[in-house]
Amino acid sequence: MSGPTRVPSGEETIEFTFDGTSYHARQGDTLAAALLANGIGLVGRSFKYHRPRGIMTAGIEEPNALVTVGTGGRAEPNTRATDVFVYPGMVAKSQNRWPSLSFDVASIFGLAAPALGAGFYYKTFFGPAKHWLRYEGFIRRAAGLGNAPTEPDPDNFSQSAGFCDVLVVGAGPAGLKAALDAAEAGKRVWLVEQDAVPGGSLLRDPDPAIDPGAMVERIEALGGKVFLRTTASGYWDHNFLTLSQRLVEPGAVPPHGFAQRLWHVRAGRVVLATGLIERPVPFANNDHPGVMLSQAVRSYVRRWGVVPGKRVVIATNNDDAYLTATALVEAGAEVVALLDARASGPAAPAGVTVYHDARPASVSGRKHALRKVTAVIGGSEQSFDADLIAVSGGFVPVSHLHMQAGGKLEWNVEAQAFIPGSNPQVCETVGSALAPPPAPAVAPAGKAKKSFVDFQNDVSLADIDLAWQEGYRSVEHLKRYTTLGMATDQGKTSNMVALSRLAEKQGVTVPEAGLTTFRPPFTPVTMGLLAGAGARNAGAHVRRIPLHALHEAHDPIWQPLGYWFRPRAYPVNGETLQQAALREARTVRTAAGLSDVSTLGKFEVSGPDAAKLLELVCATTVGKLAVGRGRYTFMCREDGFVNDDGTVWRLAENRYLLTSSTGGADRMAHFMSYVRNSLRPELKCSVVNVQEYYGGIALAGPKARGILAALTGAEPPRHMGYAPGMLAGVPVHVLAASYSGERAFEIHVEASHAAAVWQAIEAATRAEGGAPYGLEAMELLRIEKGHVVVGGEVDGRSTPQDLGLGGMLNKAGGFIGAAGLTRPALSDPNRNNLVGLVSLDGPIPEGGMLIQRAGQSPQGHVTAAARRIIEGGAIALALLQGGHHRHGEELIVTSPTRGEKARVRVTSPHFYDPAGERYRD
Amino acid sequence: MYQITCPHCGPRAQTEFTYERTTDSVVDPAGDAQTAMQALYTRANPMGLDDEIWRHTYGCRAWMVLTRHRVSHEIHAVKAIGPEALP
Amino acid sequence: MKTPYSAFSLLRGALNGQKHWEPAWRDPEPKASYDVIIIGGGGHGLATAYYLAKVHGIRNVAVLEKGWIGGGNVGRNTTLVRSNYRLPQLHNFFEFGLKLWHGLSDDLNYNVMFSPRGAMFLGHNDGDMIKLAERGDAMRCDGIDAELLTPKQIAKIEPLLDLSRTARFPIDGALIQWRAGTARHDAVAWGYARAADALGVDIIQKCEVTGFVKDGNRIIGVETSRGRILAGRTGICVAGHSGHVAGLAGLRLPIESQTLQALVTEGVKPMVQSVVMSQSLHFYISQSDKGGIVMGGDPDNWPSYARRGQPTIKEHAIAQAVTCMPALSRLRMLRTWSGVTDMSFDGSPIIGPSPIDGLYLNAGWCYGGFKATPASGWTYAHTLATGKPHALNAPFSLERFMTGATIDETSVGPFPNHR
Ligand SMILES: Cc1cc2nc3c(=O)[nH]c(=O)nc-3n(C[C@H](O)[C@H](O)[C@H](O)COP(=O)(O)OP(=O)(O)OC[C@H]3O[C@@H](n4cnc5c(N)ncnc54)[C@H](O)[C@@H]3O)c2cc1C
Ligand SMILES: [Zn+2]
Repeated sequence: MSGPTRVPSGEETIEFTFDGTSYHARQGDTLAAALLANGIGLVGRSFKYHRPRGIMTAGIEEPNALVTVGTGGRAEPNTRATDVFVYPGMVAKSQNRWPSLSFDVASIFGLAAPALGAGFYYKTFFGPAKHWLRYEGFIRRAAGLGNAPTEPDPDNFSQSAGFCDVLVVGAGPAGLKAALDAAEAGKRVWLVEQDAVPGGSLLRDPDPAIDPGAMVERIEALGGKVFLRTTASGYWDHNFLTLSQRLVEPGAVPPHGFAQRLWHVRAGRVVLATGLIERPVPFANNDHPGVMLSQAVRSYVRRWGVVPGKRVVIATNNDDAYLTATALVEAGAEVVALLDARASGPAAPAGVTVYHDARPASVSGRKHALRKVTAVIGGSEQSFDADLIAVSGGFVPVSHLHMQAGGKLEWNVEAQAFIPGSNPQVCETVGSALAPPPAPAVAPAGKAKKSFVDFQNDVSLADIDLAWQEGYRSVEHLKRYTTLGMATDQGKTSNMVALSRLAEKQGVTVPEAGLTTFRPPFTPVTMGLLAGAGARNAGAHVRRIPLHALHEAHDPIWQPLGYWFRPRAYPVNGETLQQAALREARTVRTAAGLSDVSTLGKFEVSGPDAAKLLELVCATTVGKLAVGRGRYTFMCREDGFVNDDGTVWRLAENRYLLTSSTGGADRMAHFMSYVRNSLRPELKCSVVNVQEYYGGIALAGPKARGILAALTGAEPPRHMGYAPGMLAGVPVHVLAASYSGERAFEIHVEASHAAAVWQAIEAATRAEGGAPYGLEAMELLRIEKGHVVVGGEVDGRSTPQDLGLGGMLNKAGGFIGAAGLTRPALSDPNRNNLVGLVSLDGPIPEGGMLIQRAGQSPQGHVTAAARRIIEGGAIALALLQGGHHRHGEELIVTSPTRGEKARVRVTSPHFYDPAGERYRD
Repeated sequence: MYQITCPHCGPRAQTEFTYERTTDSVVDPAGDAQTAMQALYTRANPMGLDDEIWRHTYGCRAWMVLTRHRVSHEIHAVKAIGPEALP
Repeated sequence: MKTPYSAFSLLRGALNGQKHWEPAWRDPEPKASYDVIIIGGGGHGLATAYYLAKVHGIRNVAVLEKGWIGGGNVGRNTTLVRSNYRLPQLHNFFEFGLKLWHGLSDDLNYNVMFSPRGAMFLGHNDGDMIKLAERGDAMRCDGIDAELLTPKQIAKIEPLLDLSRTARFPIDGALIQWRAGTARHDAVAWGYARAADALGVDIIQKCEVTGFVKDGNRIIGVETSRGRILAGRTGICVAGHSGHVAGLAGLRLPIESQTLQALVTEGVKPMVQSVVMSQSLHFYISQSDKGGIVMGGDPDNWPSYARRGQPTIKEHAIAQAVTCMPALSRLRMLRTWSGVTDMSFDGSPIIGPSPIDGLYLNAGWCYGGFKATPASGWTYAHTLATGKPHALNAPFSLERFMTGATIDETSVGPFPNHR
C-alpha cells in the first residue's frame, strides 16, 4: 500500500460522499483532509488538458482540488476541497470529467498538447465568424469547471454594515497579538479569520507559549469581535473593507435561513496579518496527485493526523521544509530523500538523507499517488521510489489586501519575494508576511513542457517561453496570452514562479520584470451574497402607492412602473386588458371615472421668491398666475430639450404646487434641489418634495363636477382652478386639471387619508354609472386628446417647438434651457415634430417607422397608438421629420419586427375636442 | 468606497452622495447663450484636483463643493454651499 | 513576411516545439518623424494604424503607447459587439463595424474569436416592448437584423432566466440581434498590432505623450517620454485619457472621465448562450469561452481617473442579474477590474478634426467603444488620411455640441453622471 493514510487516533464519525461513495471524516476535517485520510489522491481534472489532479495545498490557494459541494439550488461548484469543512451528509462531486474522474475522455486533449500551446486558438479556426461559433461550442463545453445549479437558491444572504477602530485580518500568532494589544488599549477590535479555528500557522507549527483559544476569549472579553470563516475579500478607498462570512459550510442547510453574510466595514486602522503562501517548484509532471506543498504536508500531519505519503521526497530551497521532514518522521513516514537546492542547510532529522545542490526534475505516478521521483543532484540524475513529494520553492507574502489598498511592495532578494511596503491608507502589515524565510532562486531542472506553473489553467514553463518568443513580453501580455494567473486561484501559487521565468528570459531582476496588480476579491465571493439576495427581490425594493391595498381588492392588472406598481386596468367579467381599458375610457368620456395618480411628482414651493424660482425651472410663464389658478407647464434641461411636464398652481400668495411626471419624479427632485440650493441659494423660498406625502386621485368625465360638488359640498373650481376643500371629513386640495380631455379634477390628500377619500369618490362615481380606470384607459384618453407624455413624445430629444409647445415659452427668456434653445440645430425645420396619424386601414403598430415607400430610411416613428374611444378607428401620435408642415400627407407605418403595416394620414395631434369645449361647465 | 465629510453631518459613506458637476460648468440662466453652452459642454477633466459640486442626497440633502483628486480620490477641501452657507 | 497563422502551421509547430513563430510585432526605436502619429495603443489606435496602412497606403505611421498595447479599455471591456442602436447615425456606424467584425479574423490572420452568439435586450413591461420594437423597426428599415422574441422563444435560448410572471422584473419579451456577440478583447488589440506592424507601422510602447509641438495654430509633433517626435498629422486616440491629453493641447472637451467596472465569475459549464442585457435594469451578462460569467453594470457616476471601482456599484449590478437569473446565485465572483471611460456629453463619440490644425480627435466612446473598434479605425484612418471625415463619422463632429446636433441615444442630456 502506498499513498495517504490516517494516523490512527480520534474517531471518524462524520459521514459524507464523494462521487457517490460514502466515506467518514473526523470533526474539523477539511474535505481535502478527509479525502486523503481515505486514501484518495485523485480529486479533479485540469481545465485545458484534463490532466488528473490531486490536492496540492492545505488552504485557500489550492489550484487543483476543485469539487462541487451540495445539491440542488445549494450546489456550489468549484469549491476548493481544502477550504470546506466536512459536515454530516455532505455531498461532494468531482468536476470537469466525463464519464468519470478516473476515466476522462477529454484527457485526449493532453495528447494534442504540443499543438495546443499558449495562444494556439489565435492562430487557427479561420473563416467566417459563423464557423468560429461552431468550433467555439466544442471549446466551451470542454472548458468551464463545475456546473451551475439550475434550481433556484433556497437560501438567503444577509448584508450588514460595521465600524471598528482596528480591523485585524488573520488570526495567526501576529494577528492574535495585534488584536489583543488593540483590545487591551481600549480599541473596538474586529479580528477576522478565513479558517474555522484561530491559530493560523500555529495549527501547523504549534507553540506551547501561545494559546489561540485563550487569546480569542480574552479579546472577546474586552469587547472585541472575532469572526471565523470570514474572509476580508476587498479593501477599498478610505479603509473600507468588504468581508464575507460563511454562516454554514458550502452546500449545508443554514439553520436560520442565511448561508452567508456580507459585511461593509469602515475601519479606523487595518492590520494585515495574512502570512505567507508557499511557492511550488516547477519540474516535469509537477501537477500529478502526490505532489504537495511542504507546509501543506506538515499541516495534514500535525493538524489533521493525515499522512499524505509513506515514502516521501522533500524538495526545497529553504530551511522551512526541514520541519516537514521532522513532522513526517514523527508520524512514521519514511523521508527517502531531502533534496536541497542549496549548497548547505540545517541539520536534518536522524535517518533522513540530505542531498545538496539537488533539484527535482520529474515525477511519474499512479492514480492516487506517485511512483518515482527523479532528481538532478550535482550534475547527475538519480531516482527515488516515493509516493509523495513535498515541495517548497520559497514563500510569497500574502500582500493582496495591502495592494488593493494601494500599498507598495519591496523586493527582498534573499527570500526572492515582494514584501509589503508603504501603504497610503491607515494600514500596516505585521507578522511573517514581512519576513519570509530566505530562499534563493533556483533554475528549474525538468523539461519545460510538462513543468506546470499555473496548474488549473495548464500553463507550463514552455508556454511562458513561447509567449516570450512571440513578443508577449510585458508581464500583462504574458498573463493574458498564456491565461496565467487567471484561474480560480488567481495565481496565488503561480505568479512568482512565472515572474521569475520572465525575469530570467529578459535578463533582468524580478522587480524590473514587473508585477500584475491584485484586485478584489482576495478569494472568490458568492454572487448571491453580493446581491444580498432576499433572493428574488434583490434587484430592487417594491414601492407601494398608498392605495395599493384598495386596488388589490379589485384584482387589477398591475403595471410595473419604475419601482412602483400601478393598476393598468380593472377587468370585470373576464375582460381582456384591451376590453377593460376601452370600457373604462368610454365610462370617462360618457359618465365619470376615477384613477390613482399618487405617483406624480409634486413639489411645494413657497416663500417670497417662489415665483422667481418657478420661472427658472418652468419654461412657461408662472408669475402672472392669480391665486387659485394653475396652468400647464413644462421644464427644459439646460441644453434646451424638454425634460418633464406637469402643472403649476398658485395655492396662496407665496405658495405654489408644481406637479411633474411619475417617471421623471426622482430626476425632477434632484433638479429642483440643484436649482434652489446650489444655483440660486439666495432666493427666499423653500422647495419641499411632497410626492409621497400626498395620495392623488383623478376624477374625470362629464359627471365629475357634479360628483365632486356633492362630496365636498362646494362648487368645484373652474378648469385650471384650485380650491382647498373637505372630502370624507378630510382636508383635500382640488386641482381642476384634465389629462383625459374631460372636465376633470385631481384631488390630493395626505397619503394616510387617501383610502377614505378614494372610497368616498368611488362610491359616488359608481352611483353615477362611473368606474375606476387604469393606466391603459388613461393612455387611450390622452392619445386622443393629443397630450404628450414623458418617456413617449417627450423623449429627451424633443424641443418645446417639436412638441407644438413653442407658443407657451416664456417670451422674456431667463428660464433654464433658454440658452440651449438658441442653438441652430434646435430650430432646424426638418426636426422630428409631433403629429397625429389617422389610419386609412388597420391598427397602427406602436413604435413603428414612418416611411413614404418601402425600402426607405425612416422619417419618423409612432410614439403611441390607440383606437378612438367612441368613434372607433385607429389613431396615433408620432414624431415626424418636418411634421408640423406635413399635415394631410399619406405615409406608411411599418413594423418589420412584427410584420405589421398601416397606411396613415398625417394630422394634427389633437383628435378630440381641440377647442377644449368639454372643459367648460 | 471613499468617505466624504459632509459639513453638516460629518464623515459619511460616499454612496450617500451624488455628484452634480464642476463649479466651472455652472450655467447662469441669465447669461449669454454662447458662454452658457461653453460652460455646459466643456470640462477641464484634469487628472488632478477639480472643484466639484456634490449633494448629500441620502443624508441631509445639502450641497457642497469638494476639492477632490481624481486619481487618488483624496478630498482636499469641503465647503458648504446653498442657503445654509450664505453669510 | 511573417509566418501566417494556420492550423497547418500549428501542427508543424507541434513537431518543433512551436519554435518557428516570430514576435507578433517589432519593438522599434521611434524615428524622428512620421507622416501620422497616433497617440494611444488601444484597439482604436491600432486599428486606425492598420487601416491607414492597408486602405490608404500610409505606412510611415507610429502608434505611441504609454504602457503596453492593449492595456487600456480594449483589454478591460466586456467585449459586447452589436449594432442595435436606435438612432440612425449610430446604428449605421456600428453596423458598418459589425460587418467588418464578421470578417476580421481572416482579414487580420489572427483569430479574434468574434462569436455572433446573439445579443438580447430584455423588455420588462409593455413600454419596454414598444421601445424595443421601435429600435428593431428602425434597424430593420436600415437593413440591420433584429428580431423580437416572445418569452417562450427566450426560454429556448436562455432557460435559466426567471421567466415567471411573478418575477420581480417579469420578462415580457426581448429584441435579439443574432449577428451581435462577443470577441476576445486582447486578440483584437494584438491582431491589429501584428497586422499593422507587418505593413510597416511602428508600434512604440512605454512612450507617453507629455505635450505637443506647436507651430502657430498647428500641431507638428509630440513630446514624449522617449523624446520629441514630429508628425504631419497627429491623432489623439486615448479613450479614458482624452480629457487629459486634449488638455495638453489646450482643448477642453465635452467629456468627463469615469470609472467603469466589470467582473467575471469562476468558470462553469455553458449556462448562458447569448449576451443578455436589460437596459432598464442596467446590467448585462455573457459567458466567456473559459466559462466565466462576464458582467457589467453602471459606471461609478462621478469623475475619476482611478481604475478602482466602488464595491456597491458592482453589488447592485449583481443583484439585478441574480434577480433575473437566479442560477447565478451560487457562482462566485472571481475577479473585478475597472477602466477609465471617456464619457461624452451626449453619449456618442467624437471622431474628426479638432479646432487645432494638424490635430485630430477620436474620443468620447463612453462604455461602448469596443464594438466600434473596426469602424472607428476605418473612419479615423480616412479622416487622418484625407483631413476630412468619412460620411459615417461626419455626424460625430466636435462642433455638434455647440450647434445642438447632439446624438443622444439614451436621451439623458449633457450629464455623463446620469447616463
Ligand atoms: C469595464 C468596461 C467594460 C466595457 N464593455 C464594453 C462592451 O461590452 N462593449 C463595448 O463596445 N465597449 C465596452 N467598453 C468600452 C470600450 O472598452 C472602449 O470604449 C474602447 O476600448 C476604447 O477605445 P480603445 O480600445 O482605443 O481604448 P484604450 O484601450 O483605452 O486605448 C487608449 C490607450 O491610450 C493610451 N494612452 C493614454 N494616454 C496616453 C499618452 N499620454 N500617451 C500615450 N498613450 C496614452 C492608454 O494607455 C491606452 O492604451 C467597456 C469599457 C470598460 C472600461
Ligand atoms: Zn449631510
